[in-house]
Amino acid sequence: MKKIALLGMPNTGKSTLFNRMTGAAARVGNWPGITVELLSGKILLGGDMVEIVDLPGIYDLHGFSDDEQVVRHFLRDNVPDLALVVLNATQIERQLSLLLQLKQLNLNMVVLLNMADEARKFGITVDTGKMTEALGIPIFLLSAKYGTGYNESMQAAARALRYTTPGLAENLRDQLKQDGQIETEMARVLQHSVQVPARLPDNLTNQLDHLMLHPWLGLPIFFGIMYLLFQAIFFFGQPLQTGVNALFGWLREAAIVPLLAFLPAMLQGLLLDGVYNGVATVAAFVPLIVLFFLFMAIVEDTGYLSRAAFLMDVLMAKMGLDGRSFVMLLMGFGCNVPALMGTRVMRSRPLRLLSMLVVPFSLCSARLQVFVFVTAALFSPKAAPLVLFSLYLFSFASAILTALLFKRYFPSSEPFLLELPPYRFPTLRQMMLRGWHEVQHFLRRATLFIVAGVVLVWLLTHLPPSAAPASADTLAGIIGGWLHPLFEPVGITPELTIALIFGFVAKEIVIGSLAVIYGLGGEALSGALAQQLDWVQAYSFMLFTLIYTPCLSTIATLRSESKNAGFTLFAIAWSLVLAWMASLAFYQTARALGY
Amino acid sequence: MKTAHPHTATTLSSLHPGETATIASIHAEEALHQRLLAMGFRTGKKVELIRRARFSGPLQVRIGTTDILLRKAEAEKITVHRT
Ligand SMILES: Nc1nc2c(ncn2[C@@H]2O[C@H](COP(=O)(O)OP(=O)(O)OP(=O)(O)O)[C@@H](O)[C@H]2O)c(=O)[nH]1
Ligand SMILES: [Mg+2]
Repeated sequence: MKKIALLGMPNTGKSTLFNRMTGAAARVGNWPGITVELLSGKILLGGDMVEIVDLPGIYDLHGFSDDEQVVRHFLRDNVPDLALVVLNATQIERQLSLLLQLKQLNLNMVVLLNMADEARKFGITVDTGKMTEALGIPIFLLSAKYGTGYNESMQAAARALRYTTPGLAENLRDQLKQDGQIETEMARVLQHSVQVPARLPDNLTNQLDHLMLHPWLGLPIFFGIMYLLFQAIFFFGQPLQTGVNALFGWLREAAIVPLLAFLPAMLQGLLLDGVYNGVATVAAFVPLIVLFFLFMAIVEDTGYLSRAAFLMDVLMAKMGLDGRSFVMLLMGFGCNVPALMGTRVMRSRPLRLLSMLVVPFSLCSARLQVFVFVTAALFSPKAAPLVLFSLYLFSFASAILTALLFKRYFPSSEPFLLELPPYRFPTLRQMMLRGWHEVQHFLRRATLFIVAGVVLVWLLTHLPPSAAPASADTLAGIIGGWLHPLFEPVGITPELTIALIFGFVAKEIVIGSLAVIYGLGGEALSGALAQQLDWVQAYSFMLFTLIYTPCLSTIATLRSESKNAGFTLFAIAWSLVLAWMASLAFYQTARALGY
Repeated sequence: MKTAHPHTATTLSSLHPGETATIASIHAEEALHQRLLAMGFRTGKKVELIRRARFSGPLQVRIGTTDILLRKAEAEKITVHRT
């Protein structure tokens, strides 16, 4: 099968084009370095099945950060039948250098000048005919986001695929022309084909940045936006969740209970109080997840991430990190796994490892579910968003403390150099795609971990059969008893301890296991928690949940990205120690103060 | 008030917000030099300093149509002539 590779500088719209071509939902965002590994899809093009490969962005053919290595290795092992080189039309003046380097590899190429819509807005004109002539490569204007120029581009790709591909240069580096030559050639090509106005009109981006990057208002605005998000979560997410819970409760009584009536009591219990209650309680989080990721999609696509890097770089530098590490913490709010992989853009290994050590403290959407549930159960509606906000602050604090303690073991002098893209806004289609993608991801994890988890919890809390369910004589009770000396000083009850043990696998299971342990779902479970715990215990439990190892997937990613088992074990052990110490300090202080 | 003669060489890091300059030379190690070239830092190009972050944080500079963030330490490696 023929292979088409998408090549270009970071943030030029390769993944947007890939999604348009294949109908896939590759992650798109206004941040250089969203894609850090290769992704492929098959489509019918010009009557043949072809494989399309989306690659991380590269600045030049000299790069050696881990994401750029992915591209180098791909080009070493494969000669693509066609390279679609995606350049940002508004930055053609500088991005041409990559095209001229690629040209020396004798690849079969078609050049797509993407973001034609923005180029028009900025008053930049490109004469593709003259440029094609000057370079000897077919060149087309395209807007991958809105679709203009897409059909012509695909026809050109299909035409180019018919030619055979010349070989790839043996040794990439040796054959590269001197940079001086490239510069002369850039000037020659640009001279007659590209016109850029001497001064760009004062656009929306400049005006917004005036506010967002304001020396004194910048950070307050950042935290203000975060706080509004939590308000929104409780304002919109909570009622939705209550509604879905009620629906599941009704379904249980109206359909599931009668349907299972013929089964023996023990099996009925397992299916109803174990699987159904557990899964339904977790499934009620779907609306919240969708809402949250829609918000994340908007933040990532606006280009605010680079602004956050600007605002936070000074502080991060004091901790041996840089602005990009902070952006990875923000990305980790969605899920820690892509945030860990996102550190590939860092070239210095110590900097990358230190960033990977702090990313798992980022409060991910799975932990958010636990916190929304517990805060809603134990705190007043007025206090709940504040409590949630405080947990995000603790999340940053844990990362900061960890970096400060260990930075001397990870010294780095990596330069900090980052593009600041213009503000953009996702299309409805982009947002839907992302939301749908995240729901799928959630459901996949749910079926994988949660069903198995809740069944196991049910068995632990109901065996041996002689013991009263969830009592101290059950297996769960016995395990909880063993760990009691460790968890008693931090105010965590045996029931919560069992939930924490399962939370090691994935945080989505925590609330599900509580539903099973208490034999109650949804609202009833909230009531039971409110009766059993006071707010100090609940907060201590949340602190522990926040800080200790997020999930098995995160551990697996830490292992595969660091390629170092010792580092991975250290990251796990440290998070457990810190979780326990933070909860202890909080719990004992609060009690000493008389709460 | 001008602190230096308009045509004496200075570094990018000493520009004030709103000032423009022409890049005279870049003194960076190989990897950083390559990245700077790819970002559009080339001898003879015009740069404008847009803003500086507080507490000697990163600078935002504009070269043509690209905006770039870089630390003071990196900006000191770029010699410019004020225009
Ligand atoms: N205005 C406009 N924006 C676009 C266009 N194509 C992509 N974008 C936006 O540009 C940003 C980058 O898009 P991506 O598809 O993630 O870029 P990429 O080349 O895959 O980036 P990396 O994976 O980081 O290398 C996103 O905010 C897109 O929505 C376009 O044609 N016009
Ligand atoms: Mg991409």
